[in-house]
Amino acid sequence: MSILGTRVLRKEDPKFLTSGAVYTADLRDPRLASAASVTYVRSTVASATIVSIDTTEAAALPGVLGVYVAADFADLPNLQAMVPLFPPPMMTRPWLADGVVRFVGEPVVAIVAKSTYIGADAAELVEIDYAPLTPVVDLEAASRGEGLVYPDLGTNVGVDFVMFTMMKGVTDDSFFDGCDVVVRQRVVNNRLHAAPLEGRSVACLWEGDKLTFWNSNQGPHSMWSKLQKVYGLTPETSHVISPDVGGGFGLKMEFTPEEALLPELARRHGRPMRWTETRTEAMIGSAHGRDQVQQLAIGGSRDGTVKAYRIEMVGGAGAYCMNGGFLPFLTHVMSSGVYAIPAIETAAKSVVTNTAPVVAFRGAGRPEATAAVERAMDLFAAEIGMDAVAVRRKNLIPKDAFPYTTAVGTVYDTGDYETSLDLVLEHAAYDALRAEQAARRASGAVKQLGIGVSVYVEITAGPAPGSTEWGKVVIGAEGKATIYSGSFSHGQGHATAFAMLVSDQTGISMEDITLVQGDTELVPKGGGTSASKSLQAGGSAVYVAAGQVVDQARELAATLLEASIDDVVLDKATRAFHVQGTPSVSKSWTEVAAAAGGSLAAETDQLAGASFPFGTHLVVVEVDTDTGLTEIMRVVTCDDAGRILNPVLVEGQRHGGIAQGLAQSLIEEIRYDEDGNPLTSNFADYGIISMTELPSYELIPLETPTPNNPLGAKGIGESGVIGATPALQSAICDALSHLGIRHIDIPITPQKVWAAIRAVKV
Amino acid sequence: MGDTVQVTMNINGTAQSHDVEPRTLLVHYIRDVCGLTGTNIGCDSSSCGACTIHLDGEAVKSCTMLAVQADGHDLTTIEGLAPSAEKLHPMQQAFHECHALQCGYCTPGMVMAAVSLLDEVPNPTERQVRIGLEGNLCRCTGYHNIVKAVLQCAAEGVAK
Ligand code: FES
Ligand code: FES
Repeated sequence: MSILGTRVLRKEDPKFLTSGAVYTADLRDPRLASAASVTYVRSTVASATIVSIDTTEAAALPGVLGVYVAADFADLPNLQAMVPLFPPPMMTRPWLADGVVRFVGEPVVAIVAKSTYIGADAAELVEIDYAPLTPVVDLEAASRGEGLVYPDLGTNVGVDFVMFTMMKGVTDDSFFDGCDVVVRQRVVNNRLHAAPLEGRSVACLWEGDKLTFWNSNQGPHSMWSKLQKVYGLTPETSHVISPDVGGGFGLKMEFTPEEALLPELARRHGRPMRWTETRTEAMIGSAHGRDQVQQLAIGGSRDGTVKAYRIEMVGGAGAYCMNGGFLPFLTHVMSSGVYAIPAIETAAKSVVTNTAPVVAFRGAGRPEATAAVERAMDLFAAEIGMDAVAVRRKNLIPKDAFPYTTAVGTVYDTGDYETSLDLVLEHAAYDALRAEQAARRASGAVKQLGIGVSVYVEITAGPAPGSTEWGKVVIGAEGKATIYSGSFSHGQGHATAFAMLVSDQTGISMEDITLVQGDTELVPKGGGTSASKSLQAGGSAVYVAAGQVVDQARELAATLLEASIDDVVLDKATRAFHVQGTPSVSKSWTEVAAAAGGSLAAETDQLAGASFPFGTHLVVVEVDTDTGLTEIMRVVTCDDAGRILNPVLVEGQRHGGIAQGLAQSLIEEIRYDEDGNPLTSNFADYGIISMTELPSYELIPLETPTPNNPLGAKGIGESGVIGATPALQSAICDALSHLGIRHIDIPITPQKVWAAIRAVKV
Repeated sequence: MGDTVQVTMNINGTAQSHDVEPRTLLVHYIRDVCGLTGTNIGCDSSSCGACTIHLDGEAVKSCTMLAVQADGHDLTTIEGLAPSAEKLHPMQQAFHECHALQCGYCTPGMVMAAVSLLDEVPNPTERQVRIGLEGNLCRCTGYHNIVKAVLQCAAEGVAK
């Protein structure tokens, strides 16, 4: 029996459970023993010119080795933006704020000290005199040009996707001609923080002209090439290592000035440097996710048929356009959701404000798309007085319509949306839930029941044409396999998943297969882990390379066995090659590897075409109509990510995604006051979700393979987030619908519920 | 750098004695002075529990104490939990079997807190686990399998 599809526990667990993993701040490489520590002094105002910086006292503190301002790095080339779409000033972030500060948390001064404690003391002694400017904080006001973050540019718009012809734009109301009903709603997709539990962290050193750079990221190779550009290095003179990494969620695809500056400081001081951010630095100074305001309009007939849908977006980019500025495009790509909507119009602008930059965060543009279209479906259903599930069912893209091209031109590979919906409704006993809801309404219960359903589709390994990854498999003299992958696990479980693929191809047992990743001297290229592509692209590369090694081995075995290659088979149970029908005379992997001169190897680059995981989430809540408090009672999900390699890992990804998705609707939000001061700057004031707010989840499996990669797998890292957010929002609104409440923006805090109830009662 | 004081404590059965600044946080002492880096730091507001250790057998957040406050006490960190190099503690084993860890950053603190919870409440309900471990955050697992692991470990403990 093949190991593929079976429940295999993680190979990598023991070290995490006993000694703890080795994250960047844990490194005890003897070469780092003399490392100095970097501390950044960050802006305390959102928008200001810097009048003066006095570092005298800080520099005089014993143990302080150096204090730096922007002018000290005038000759160092800037980091290059990941998505070079924006006007250069918006995406060219200075190493340290240079004359102006653009958000609270922007680094202004760098201190090099013998210890982090001394660095923190010195930071207190730096005096910065700011001349405040009027900050631009509100996204919609910024889009209208009310105040300018970059006065010289005359606009806050970083990208107008319509101008770039990446979206068609919106026309007038004739777009809804022929619709009996048109519903419009402004919808906020709240700003979040990814909050990987390990923050950004760097350690680096020079040995002569060679740089070694350890960094907590989602794959070392993009940092490698950026460092080479900044410091004029070559692949031979630069070595980037990603050790164990405590979560990324999109945030750690980025490479920030605070990280990339360390080699310069190390060079100037002739000693290794380390920097690990505090949680507060991460919350205010790294980057955020989501942050869209959407104007939705949906039209159709009273029988529930949706005929036209429009979404206009303002996407927050923050003060400097990092990859978040690109996210509205992914919202556009997935705007049709799971529905066969004949006409769709989209428009979007990415807009700068005096807030921390926005980057990709788990889902990256697709949660915003699903939240929008699912909200539109609910509002449309409410308007025509039809059950929200019935409206969805009426408009689903049918199973036999794939590949299906949506009105915005996205080609979905495969799908079976109605089955996922049916499975969830049946498991949850939807009719019984509605009956209980009716009973509570009739009795006027304080705690009202709400039921929310979302049906979603998303894109992974995308956008088109897909994602490429490199992989290599080596089988050594002892018959053991080593996998080299350009993908990068920071919790996803590659060491187990990829070993299963190689074991399936070669018969070599799991404990004899190891994974090498995250080191540019051992892995020549790679795309890291993002966009839920690791198994599809990285796994496919490993699987194909392992197959190629087997082919090479069969050829060698044929020579050793003096047989024709066509007659030689690999018996995976005995891990040996023999002539078909003659298993008694065989050659083991060890013998074949010896014949090959000690080892066999194959490597390949695999392109995985974009794939479209889908599913249905149903959330049941109890909302206390006196206090506004929501309790999540049940979460039932069916998430179809194509062929499943290891259900254990897939379930883990679903769980984590679901929690994050629920968090966005329930409690998490990055907030600023009108002056641009962060109101959420650590885990005490950011509503980070804990286990107390969440129930256990009820998961239903479904597998609809994709033809777009050899494994038939789709991505599963982000599905949970995408389905759960709208399902919970819908459930809370549903609990209050009998009071005449149709929409509350997320996160739906008790205060918002309470205020909404008060508003309808008066 | 200010004056230093000597602190002496027992960590995982080994006597440790060092001169430290009085303001040194216990978590920094454990990690940077004693070199036990299994204990992690996830926040600066005593919210995440990544730094949870046992002090005289009870879970404490080691970022919330000074090293001097642990002077003379017995500490256990994740490195000292397993009974031997070959054998995991039942809670570690349950975390492995239930896939209760992904990136692993919360794991040492989560395991230490969970062990301490079962010391107090040997046979908890799911609700008691979810309330008991509220102060330990995980960003990867959605908590589902962590709760499952703690309940499984409790059930096995009760069965014995
Ligand atoms: S690091 Fe101690 S509670 Fe977060
Ligand atoms: S496993 Fe990553 S934070 Fe818990």
